[in-house]
Amino acid sequence: MENPYLPYPVRIDKIITETEDRNLKTFRFVFLNPEDEEKFAYTPGQFAELSIAGKGEIPIGIASSPTEKGFVTFTVNKTGLVTTYLHNMNEGDVMGIRGPLGNWYPWDEMEGKNVIIVGGGFAFTTLRSSIISMIDPANRSKFKDITVVYGARTPGMLLYKDELAEWEQRDDINMHITVDGTDDPDWKYNTGFVPTITEEKITSADNAIAIVCGPPIMIKFTQPVLEKLGFPPERIILSLEMRMKCGIGICGRCNIGDQYVCKDGPVFSLAQLKEMPSEY
Amino acid sequence: MTDKIFSKEEWLGGLEALRKTYGVFVPVKDGDFHTFMPFDKGNIPDFDYQNSRLSPKSVVYPQSERLFEYTLDKADSEADIVKESPKDYSPRAVVGIRPCDVQAFQIVKRNFDNPEYRDPWWVQHFESTTLVGLGCNEPCSTCFCTEVGGGPFNQEGLDVLIFDMGETYLLRGLTDKGEALLGKITGGSPADDQALKNAEDLAASASKKITSSIPTDKLKEKVTNDLFNAPFWEEIAFACLNCGTCTFLCPTCWCFDIQDEVLGKEGDRIRNWDSCMFPLFTLHGSGHNPRDNKFQRVRQRFMHKLKYYVDKYDNGVQCSGCGRCVRYCPVNIDIREVCNLMNNY
Repeated sequence: MENPYLPYPVRIDKIITETEDRNLKTFRFVFLNPEDEEKFAYTPGQFAELSIAGKGEIPIGIASSPTEKGFVTFTVNKTGLVTTYLHNMNEGDVMGIRGPLGNWYPWDEMEGKNVIIVGGGFAFTTLRSSIISMIDPANRSKFKDITVVYGARTPGMLLYKDELAEWEQRDDINMHITVDGTDDPDWKYNTGFVPTITEEKITSADNAIAIVCGPPIMIKFTQPVLEKLGFPPERIILSLEMRMKCGIGICGRCNIGDQYVCKDGPVFSLAQLKEMPSEY
Repeated sequence: MTDKIFSKEEWLGGLEALRKTYGVFVPVKDGDFHTFMPFDKGNIPDFDYQNSRLSPKSVVYPQSERLFEYTLDKADSEADIVKESPKDYSPRAVVGIRPCDVQAFQIVKRNFDNPEYRDPWWVQHFESTTLVGLGCNEPCSTCFCTEVGGGPFNQEGLDVLIFDMGETYLLRGLTDKGEALLGKITGGSPADDQALKNAEDLAASASKKITSSIPTDKLKEKVTNDLFNAPFWEEIAFACLNCGTCTFLCPTCWCFDIQDEVLGKEGDRIRNWDSCMFPLFTLHGSGHNPRDNKFQRVRQRFMHKLKYYVDKYDNGVQCSGCGRCVRYCPVNIDIREVCNLMNNY
């Protein structure tokens, strides 16, 4: 009988320290059994359980894009028992991945539309997956303008710095990188909180859909900005976090009302969330 | 469908013989209470009971179960690779389970065996188990199975139903699984019309003894957020100690935790029953907790059973009316009263 709790064995292929506080690292995994990579077919917005024998499992958004083959990546914040252990693991070590889990950003609905991506801090992971996927030559024509507002506390806290710089150079994606503050005289991008920069740079909600991922405080202040611009709640898309165990809607802990964040989410529209109890 | 009459001695003898082919679980007197235990030399079945303190849900869904195992010994080429633990799915029978606890399995099944995912351990334990129910001649004052779609002789989900006729038992095979079990028990005689009528009378009179009235008819039409934001939750939760007794005893509570445990270089991934009554159940790694306050957790328990489940499955409430949470709550929180409040809000 198929066992949805059984992780695929993987090897840590590469570890990149992303931020100046060294609290965020990106882990690139390669499947020990090559056929497992096909079974792990995912869509941007989904997550997986990272599984470490002897420590446990943690739900983490998938940071790589399905257009990137041969590996899968996750960016992990060092927080608890499993993530702290993971941060001390080395390239070559063996662990597990279970998934892909949850739903994804509304890709069908986004086709033919302007896509606004608003991200803050280390919640940029599934947004990176989405951007890589959208700007892939096979997909770019499906979307109209792609605009990204991404902020962190300081320049050193931004994720994927090399890629951000690369996207800045492209003319098929509008980048607005910002930091809360910096004393770096060479900082060439924006300074200011994400909601403020969103208000400055996004001028229209026409034929647009917004995906917002970030800390609760950023979401709280970005929401009215988008509503003022004319985004209806159906076109404001959010991704939630919750304590999880099974990841498949069975163990019962990540519910908001009758929805399980792990299976019915993590992606919900603001319209959906307004109908659900405010318990997240 | 077979109806057979056995003398009580004959039936007990039959159960002993059944142990050759089934792991037989029976109610055993254990201090002041009854508990379902494997029928062996030390555990003699005693069917003179209202209900066991704990339902036999653990036969299918153990309180603690090893799911996976692994070695952390780097000298082993399979180190750190998680593997399924071997399991015994040989036939088992739960004899004497009450119809409410059988109904509870039907409720829980919608969670563990759904169109998207099948929980391999729950499903295989369940499928290898034959449920031999014992109708309730004398329901307790806290029972309300008739109010939530069941009844003291409800046959739904049972493989065999036993009627306790005083001197004899009438056994009714209800499924192929049940008939197969009955086929392994020698003796008995076919039930005549008078016996069948007596059995029906017994069931009808038992139903009448349940006096609780708990309407659930309006729960479905209520707006979730109206109930969620209703003013009565703080008051309901006021006395609650968050002890978790209600969820621990509930035959329809299914939530679990998954934990890794290591001894030396060998480790297991196990799952344990968990409870929404505990703050740790929803505590995020960041320290944020969506259900930080006691009243939020109490609200979650009742909203899950009486609203979220109702909306999700459109198949009644997540409660089989066994009354355990009412009987054993140390501060007398009563799901019947809460249900009335919610249904009439």
